[in-house]
Amino acid sequence: MKHRSLVATLAVLGLLCALPPFLPRFYVYIASIVLLTGLLATSLNLAIGYGGLYQFHHTVFYGVGAYGTALMLTRAGAPAPVAMIAGPLAAALLSLVMGVICVRLSKLYFGMLQISLGSLVWVTVYRWYSFTGGDDGIHGVPLPDLIASAKGSYYYTLAVTALSLLAMRRIAGSPFGKTLQGIRDNPVRSEAIGVDVKRHKLAALVIAGFFGGVAGSLFVVVDTSAFPDMMFWTYSLEVLIMCLLGGMYTFWGPFVGSSTLVLLRVFVSVYTQYWGLILGTILSLVIIFLPDGMLGFFARRFRKGEVRGA
Amino acid sequence: MLRVESVVMSFGGFKAVNGANLHVGAGEIVAVIGPNGAGKTTLFNLITGHLAPDSGRILFKGREIGGLSPHVICRKGITRSFQVVNIFSQLTVFENVQIAVLSRERKTYDIFSKVEGMAAEEVERTLRSVGLHDKRNVESVLLSHGDQKVLEIAVALSGKPELLILDEPTAGMAPEETETCIRLIRKLSDEFGLTILFCEHDMGLVFDIAQRVMVMVRGGTVVQGSCEEVRRNTEVQDAYLGGSA
Repeated sequence: MKHRSLVATLAVLGLLCALPPFLPRFYVYIASIVLLTGLLATSLNLAIGYGGLYQFHHTVFYGVGAYGTALMLTRAGAPAPVAMIAGPLAAALLSLVMGVICVRLSKLYFGMLQISLGSLVWVTVYRWYSFTGGDDGIHGVPLPDLIASAKGSYYYTLAVTALSLLAMRRIAGSPFGKTLQGIRDNPVRSEAIGVDVKRHKLAALVIAGFFGGVAGSLFVVVDTSAFPDMMFWTYSLEVLIMCLLGGMYTFWGPFVGSSTLVLLRVFVSVYTQYWGLILGTILSLVIIFLPDGMLGFFARRFRKGEVRGA
Repeated sequence: MLRVESVVMSFGGFKAVNGANLHVGAGEIVAVIGPNGAGKTTLFNLITGHLAPDSGRILFKGREIGGLSPHVICRKGITRSFQVVNIFSQLTVFENVQIAVLSRERKTYDIFSKVEGMAAEEVERTLRSVGLHDKRNVESVLLSHGDQKVLEIAVALSGKPELLILDEPTAGMAPEETETCIRLIRKLSDEFGLTILFCEHDMGLVFDIAQRVMVMVRGGTVVQGSCEEVRRNTEVQDAYLGGSA
């Protein structure tokens, strides 16, 4: 089973590595966006799917990751490797600060406070013209030659996404990941067996924020820009929908959901500007007929007993 | 081992626990009985940190534990089962017990190891001792009510407590499940020398397994003593056992 899984992973990676020479530049860009959006959705799922934390404004960490990297490259003139790690670290730090405030609350109250604090960050970025570029954002971020081309940024995105997913997969399958699932299921029971629920939640939020920031940093590499819309609350909602669509109780579900959504938007919007209508219809059907999401459905059907906390 | 002294706890103007006193010695099986609303579960919630007392003292091995968080109290050696089944319903039977073991071993922050197979030997042993080994891979939500109650005890046991608190362990169980549960409680006491504090409405069960009984009425302690002493107490007979015995 493990051998098959390794072979499948290597096959997918091989296929993804082989793609760029056969694709036009635009599709290489889309493929990069699919990868980093998948990473973003998976990072949210670590908090919401595994930890049961209603992280309703996750893209604020995506945005801070992007701005952190973009500002380091444009204003501080920092070397690219430093900038690439500074963004995610800034996102993790913000996640820690917001988490300390939010973690006292649970469920919807947690989610609402999270949206409020995230919106504060968004409005600061949106209005602070002298530092963040305000609603214009930051464009034309200078990148090292190696990753400046569409193919270069694609391979960089692929490598970082693969490593990040590997790390998150490891975390999800660790004692910490299992404990998070326990907290999601029953925080009262978790406390009663000696688990410090708040601290574990906080740790999960910081990890999720960090990887959300990694996705943001990758966006700067792919798009050479960062702008406030990346961290507007409606985009957080969209990422949440990606998790629902793919299946929140599986590790790969959010990645599948995000890929479906990004590709739908790209290809359906060619034919109609009402692509949201089609998405809404698909989502409604999925919720009615596949409440565990697309991958959750298949996992339950073909691998009974391994669905949750896969 | 456990001493509750004049503990008071109010919900608004209602005193759910009103000057309760309780003493549990090491290795004892002590039952708390009383009519519905007497404050038994609130007392247990106070001991395990799910509620904080307004006044009074709760001492465990001579140290004040009143008002501490549940996870801190658990680490001091007190675990519990709840009145309503309280398990990790979306996890398997094995995983339920495994998390408790990992928590006791303080491995829950470990993000590098693979959880698969961790503490397997101990988990298997615990499941065997409570009779759930053959259901180890079943999602716990799918267990019968009786098995869920037993699983909850197994989870509580995995913390290797010195004091195990059971809140109505046989509530809602079928007669044969109750029998199994009683056997289990006896076994825990005999084999592991556990100190057990429980509350129960089934008087047959109480007088069958408890060594001492504490009677609560309207949040206060009416009497505590041996089963015989409690049976003979006229106040208890009037308030709870239905007149003279």
